[in-house]
Amino acid sequence: MNKLSSLFGSRRTWAWPYVLFLILFVVLPLLLIVYYAFTDHSGSFTIMNFVKFFHTSEAINTLVYSLAIAMITTIVCLLLGYPAAYIMATAEFKTPAVMAMLFILPMWINFLLRTLATVELFNMFGLPLGEGALIFGMCYDYLPFMIYPIYNTLQKMDRSLIEAAEDLGANRREVFVKVILPLSVSGIYSGIVMVFMPTVSTFAIAELLTHNKITLFGSLIQRSFGEGGITMWNYGAALSLIMLLIIALTSFFDQGDSDDSQKSGII
Amino acid sequence: MTTTFSSAQIEAQNRARRLRAKQVGGQAYLWLLLVVLYAPILLIIIFSFTKSKVLGNWTGFTIQLYENLFTGYDATTQVRVDPNLYRAVFFTFLIALIAATVSTILGTLAAIGIFNMKQKARRSIQFLNSIPMINPDILTGISLFLLFVFFGISRGLTTVCIAHIVFCTPYVVLSVMPRLTKMNPNIYEAALDLGATPMQALRKVLMPELWPGMVSGFILALTLSIDDFGVTFFTKGSGGLETLSTFIYADARKGGLTPELRPLFSLIFIVTLVLLIAINIRAAKQKKNK
Repeated sequence: MNKLSSLFGSRRTWAWPYVLFLILFVVLPLLLIVYYAFTDHSGSFTIMNFVKFFHTSEAINTLVYSLAIAMITTIVCLLLGYPAAYIMATAEFKTPAVMAMLFILPMWINFLLRTLATVELFNMFGLPLGEGALIFGMCYDYLPFMIYPIYNTLQKMDRSLIEAAEDLGANRREVFVKVILPLSVSGIYSGIVMVFMPTVSTFAIAELLTHNKITLFGSLIQRSFGEGGITMWNYGAALSLIMLLIIALTSFFDQGDSDDSQKSGII
Repeated sequence: MTTTFSSAQIEAQNRARRLRAKQVGGQAYLWLLLVVLYAPILLIIIFSFTKSKVLGNWTGFTIQLYENLFTGYDATTQVRVDPNLYRAVFFTFLIALIAATVSTILGTLAAIGIFNMKQKARRSIQFLNSIPMINPDILTGISLFLLFVFFGISRGLTTVCIAHIVFCTPYVVLSVMPRLTKMNPNIYEAALDLGATPMQALRKVLMPELWPGMVSGFILALTLSIDDFGVTFFTKGSGGLETLSTFIYADARKGGLTPELRPLFSLIFIVTLVLLIAINIRAAKQKKNK
């Protein structure tokens, strides 16, 4: 009993249930993706799933196309979001918190419904559903993810640095390029990662925004698990592994910023 | 001397004017972005007050859709509102409550444990903790799908709840962690020294300190769970379990959304709006009082 209570008293052990949970439901499932990707339907080792991917031009084209769409979306979000975050962080608002909240609030509406409403908006104005609608819809869905981290870093920035630069004779452009921009780099990285990752992996939005005209890599993966049937799972796992690598590479971008709480700070 | 003074004055005036013009321009830009961001939501709210089947086709003002939503059937046509919609609403909130509750308990305990670990163990667990946050929903969904399939676990309510706990708990850990850093590390030991059992010390000393972090973690978990589509899609199985997200997806693929979704989401939006404003006002007041 004494032993038990001392074990409980050591607070380190309180994390054990969660560690076990993480191993069972995060690490093991990811290993299973690798396992399925390198086996065939009967369970024996094969690299055919990847060979198939590299021999299907449609699959490769879809991947390249998805990467391009995600990059364009990220760039548009950055171009639209940076000025917004900058204005919010620097302008003298009576209630800057309310302004920041207004940008985050739309995210509280189910994103599928928001996307469908965007589709209706396009229909109302007689605009065609296609690439344009896709990029607009994705920017619309993920712009807050770009604004929020940039706004956060800009807000935490030490204002006296700007004054110092001005006192030392820098003009406005120099102040921006040499002081403000470098100081907000970590926010920009976070924003890029937070927009790029969901856009490169999305599967429902593209279907809805283009009426199935455009297939993104995410939809390709989804299809091999949905309509493909059991025989396609291994191929789907291989595609997932490729996606996982892209995500892992992208997340290296975000290493500089240890402030993981970007998203949790939303509330 | 006087001339330089006045020119400096003029310069200052000009600068102030430029600054004001810039601010007005900047604010205009922000409002423009907000108008675009809110346009689709406004569209949903506006068209919740007309009865047309499709959004964008105004057939006159009526609150009939709201009535349909609450009574469960259309009084004029005697057609029932899809009962699956109500099931989806029920399961959305049930899953969100279960996932948020479990992940708040699991995550808070984990945060306390991680906080008391040595640097090395701490880092590796924090890395593990960040995986579900970095992983896109499709990968979380597929990896869990494969897990359940591999071990022959039939998918349904339980698997969806487990999946939601997977992606919710990291955020709870992250919201509780800062409270621990701020807390005086000795008060827990002090409570033990004064004769409290670990359980009492947890309840009476740790919990009150961590409470705000737990609450914001809980709320965040709720919203993440309610909004999720990708993970639910792969873990719900084919037993007919639907949440609002998967219901909307299936509905949209069939062509044409159930019109009653419009009043439903208008209501959800208004309620969250009021809640958020209330939370923010309270937070602002607390800040002032300090």
